[in-house]
Amino acid sequence: MSFPWANQYKPQNPFMQWLDSRLPLPRLVYNSVGAGYPVPRNINYWWNFGALAGVALVVQIITGIVLAMHFGGNTLVAFDSVEHIMRDVNYGWLMRYAHANGASFFFIVVYIHIFRGLYYGSYKAPRELVWMLGVVILLLMMATGFMGYVLPWGQMSFWGATVITNLFSAIPLVGDSIVTLLLGGFAVDNATLNRFFSLHYLLPFVIAGVVILKIWSLHIPGSNNPTGIDVKGPADTLPFHPYFTAKDLFGLAIYLLIFCAFVFFLPNFLGHPDNYIPANPLSTPAHIVPEWYFWPFYAILRAFTVDFILPAKLWGVLAMFSSILLLFFLPWLDSSPVKSNRYRPLAKQFFWLLMVDLAILGWVGGLPAEEPYVRISQIASIYYFAHFLIILPIVSRIERPLPLPNSIAESVLGNDVNQAPAPAAQPAE
Amino acid sequence: MRVAHDMGFQTGFLIMTTVEEVTGHATEGDGVRRRDFIFVATGAFGGVGAAAAAWTAIDQMNPSADVLALASIEVDLAPVAPGQAIKVNWRGKPVFVRNLVEKEIAAAKAVTLADLRDPQSLADRTKEGKENWLITLGVCTHLGCVPLGAAEGENRGDYGGYFCPCHGSHYDTAARIRKGPAPTNLEVPEYAFLSDTRVKIG
Repeated sequence: MSFPWANQYKPQNPFMQWLDSRLPLPRLVYNSVGAGYPVPRNINYWWNFGALAGVALVVQIITGIVLAMHFGGNTLVAFDSVEHIMRDVNYGWLMRYAHANGASFFFIVVYIHIFRGLYYGSYKAPRELVWMLGVVILLLMMATGFMGYVLPWGQMSFWGATVITNLFSAIPLVGDSIVTLLLGGFAVDNATLNRFFSLHYLLPFVIAGVVILKIWSLHIPGSNNPTGIDVKGPADTLPFHPYFTAKDLFGLAIYLLIFCAFVFFLPNFLGHPDNYIPANPLSTPAHIVPEWYFWPFYAILRAFTVDFILPAKLWGVLAMFSSILLLFFLPWLDSSPVKSNRYRPLAKQFFWLLMVDLAILGWVGGLPAEEPYVRISQIASIYYFAHFLIILPIVSRIERPLPLPNSIAESVLGNDVNQAPAPAAQPAE
Repeated sequence: MRVAHDMGFQTGFLIMTTVEEVTGHATEGDGVRRRDFIFVATGAFGGVGAAAAAWTAIDQMNPSADVLALASIEVDLAPVAPGQAIKVNWRGKPVFVRNLVEKEIAAAKAVTLADLRDPQSLADRTKEGKENWLITLGVCTHLGCVPLGAAEGENRGDYGGYFCPCHGSHYDTAARIRKGPAPTNLEVPEYAFLSDTRVKIG
C-alpha cells in the first residue's frame, strides 16, 4: 500500500524506538493520517468532508455517552428525563442541543461527501469497496438516527417509530411477525423504546469500526482527486501531514462556527415542534414527517399509490430501500473510464440535474401527501431511478470526454511542472 | 506423527486416530477418514448448538408474557349517538366504534364489490342486525397511523369514512380502503355484543 516515495517512519526518541519494535501504533498513525500518507496535491475543499464526518461522529459519541448518563429508557420517564437534562443537569442543554443538531450536521457533511464522490467519480475502480463501505455507513447512520429520534418519546418519536417499523409489514407472509419481533409487542411501547436505546448506543461504535475498514481500503490506492487521474509520481502528491491536516483544521474551524451558530442560536430549527408533545398512542399528529435528512427517501416511499401486481405499499417500501441499495451497484452502472465530471461534459449536466431532483424529493418529502406534491414526488422518484439505471449507463457509453491532463502536477502547475522538480515539492522533515 | 506418539500427555484416542491416518487403515472403502467424520459431526453439533443459542437471543425480542396476556375490554355504546364515533384503547391500539347513520349505510351498500381493493361488504364487516355499529381498529393498514374521522369535525376523506393524514389513505363508511396507499380495509377486531348497548372487544 501507499506509494514508494512515501515518507518513512523513523522514530528518533529511544522510547519511541522501543515502542515501535513492540507495538507500532505510532507508525500506524504516521502512515494513516500523518506524514507517511501521500495525498494528491490538487485535492480541493470538497475533500474536507471525510475528516469532518469523522469529527461529527466523535462529537455524537461523546455527547451521546453524556446524555445516556441522565436519560431513562422507559416510557414512564423518557420524556421527562429529556426535560430533566434540559433544565437540571449541568450543561445538559448544551449536550442535548449539540447531539440533536450534531445528527443533522453529520448527515449534512456525509451527504456533501457522497455528492463529491459522485461528481469526481470516487466510486470507480479501484475504490469500489471504499464507496460500498460508505454506503454501509450511510445505512447504519440512518438506523442510528431513526432510533435516536424515538428516544425523547415525543409525538414525532412515537409516530415516526410506528410508521418506519410498519414498513416491514409490507413483506409478504412474515411481515407482521417481523414487525411484532422488532417492536416486542403489538404496538410501539416500552419494549420498543428500551431496545432502541440499547441499539442506538451500540451502532455508533459499529459505524466507527466500518470507518476504520473504509480508511484502510482507501489507503490502498490512495485518495482520488479533482482530475480523477491516477497519481504517477512524487510530484503529484504532498504528505497528509502537515499539508492536509492544516487544511482539514481550517475547514473544521468553519464547520464548528456554523455548527455552534445552530446549537446556540437556532437549536430547534432542524427539529419538529410536535416532538415537545409527549407521545400519545391514540392520536396521530396531523402531519407526520421524519427528520429532514430522510425526506428524499420518504418522498419515494409515498410516491406509490396504485397497486400493480404487488400492493402499492410493498412497491413504496421496495423503492425506498432500493434507492439506497442501488448505490452499491454504481461502480458498475457507470462504465466510463474517465472518473471526474470535470472532463465529462454530459455526465456533469446530469449530475446537476440529479442534485435538483434530490432537492425536489427532499422538498416534497417534508410536505403533506396531497396533490400536487404526490404527482411531483412520482415524477422526481422516476427520474432518480432513471438517472442511475438508464441515463448514467447510456451517457457513459456515448459521451466523448474532454482531454485529460498528463499528470496531476501538470494540471496544477501547467508547463511549469518541468521547472518544479519533485523533491522540491516535498517538505523538509 | 512420531512426535505425537512421543508426547506422553496425548490421549489414547488421539494417538489411535493419528496411527490410522499414517497407516491408512481408515481410508478403506469410500475414502472417508474417521477424522473427516469427526470434523463434520463436531461442526454440525456445534452449529446446531450455536443456532439454538442464537434463537434465544432473537426470540427475547418477541412480546413478553405480560404483553401477550390477552386483554379484552367492554365498551358501553349508549352514549354514542348516530353519526358519532368514539375511540377506545385496546391492547395499546385505538379502536373506532362508530354509529353509522342511514345515509352512510346506504352509501356503503351502494358500492360494487368488484371495484374494491379489498372486497368486503358492509355485512361482512358488521354483526347481523347491528350493521349501524362499525367497529374497527383505528390503525391505518398502510403504516400504522391513526386515521382521522372518529372525532367531531375531523377530515373524513373523499368517501366520508376515515382519512389517514400520514400518506393520504381514504376509507369509506364501511372503513374499506378506497384511495391511497393502504393495501387492506381497516381491520375488524374480534368482538361480541353482550347486550344492545354493551360490546366486548377481544
